[in-house]
Amino acid sequence: MTKRSVAHATFTIERHYDATPARVFAAFATREAKARWFSGPPEWGPAEGGMDFRVGGRETSRGGPKGGTVHAFDAIYQDIVPNERIVFSYDMHLDETRISVSLTTIEFKPEAGGTRLVFTEQGAFLDGYDDAGGREHGWGEALKQLGCALQQAA
Amino acid sequence: MFQALADPTRRLMVERLCDGPASVSELAAPLQMTLSAVVQHLAVLEESGLVRSQKQGRVRTCQVDTQALRSAERWISERRTLWEKRFDRLGAYLAENPEEPKEGPQT
Amino acid sequence: MTDRSVVHATITVERTYRASPKRVFAAWSSKEALLSWGLPGEGWISGYERFDFRVGGNDRSHFGPAGGETYVNDTTYLDIVPDARIVSAGSMTSAGTRLSAGLMTVEFQAAGNGGCHLVMTEQGAFLDGHDLPENHEAGWNEMLDKLGDHLARDQAAA
Repeated sequence: MTKRSVAHATFTIERHYDATPARVFAAFATREAKARWFSGPPEWGPAEGGMDFRVGGRETSRGGPKGGTVHAFDAIYQDIVPNERIVFSYDMHLDETRISVSLTTIEFKPEAGGTRLVFTEQGAFLDGYDDAGGREHGWGEALKQLGCALQQAA
Repeated sequence: MFQALADPTRRLMVERLCDGPASVSELAAPLQMTLSAVVQHLAVLEESGLVRSQKQGRVRTCQVDTQALRSAERWISERRTLWEKRFDRLGAYLAENPEEPKEGPQT
Repeated sequence: MTDRSVVHATITVERTYRASPKRVFAAWSSKEALLSWGLPGEGWISGYERFDFRVGGNDRSHFGPAGGETYVNDTTYLDIVPDARIVSAGSMTSAGTRLSAGLMTVEFQAAGNGGCHLVMTEQGAFLDGHDLPENHEAGWNEMLDKLGDHLARDQAAA
């Protein structure tokens, strides 16, 4: 197998939170706070990893369903403006396969009643993605989750 | 593709098809609507490339067309879902922890 | 207080070279080669404080017009497939101000007659109006032309 491919894609998510930008930012800035919302679904149990929240610092998180595929997140902080912006690059591995590399920008903007969070992910997903196991099943699951997410957004 | 999934009925249909192929009447059974309305929703899903169907005799069988889905779209939907869930949990966390941070974070 | 803004853009620049993917990849993976072609303008100077071409390794380089503003580039290599692909992420600063952050994908594809088709994609976040996608695109076009000259010289010397 020598065929190599990369596809590039960008998407954004926007959310309003009834909390000040300082509070929303703080939830990203310490490992303790981030562990409360960032890791996988509850049945995965706590993720392993570390966090060095400063420009050039790294964050790792490893977790997954018991006995199943290990999902690994490895990030490098590229830009941090307290209470306003975080930019990081990260790669995702499923078991040993690197499936994608992304640049993520999170902007915290004050607005009436709280904060508008604007999340932008610019991703390059790699050939390994297609080789990763459980593809069909994974897609089915993702669609179901997408349905749920859209329902909540509606 | 996201347009096609914006409708709750079509989401239900796709979720059903994720479990395996089904006939049009099987798809319609749990939905409280006419067969022709179901057929219209199906047309939208086929148009989007998410679902394809095949007629054998008098039975039309539908299935999710994974091949038709470009990898980029798949990647986006999976990754978006992941972050949407995180941001839902972030909202719950913020609601449960209303106190302001004591000091500025280190940078 | 600075007005914060982010412009996101994807820049793609392509070239076909009369050199094998192996040779073109080599020009992206050695410090000496990068210094010989990797400058976006005439009369610019550059140097590396650190060069570590391996997955997880990071480079720090500086460049800029002689006597003018100096830009510092920090890059971490995220994925390397020899003779085929390099993916890296990094940011650019000037006098302590961060101008942009970006993800770079360089693909080296075999082309006809033993040549190489290079596809370079930068997915960038341009910060607070300090930098623009157009600047990067112009810079990459200049550099990839210089890479062509470098490959021709390299071939003549061999």
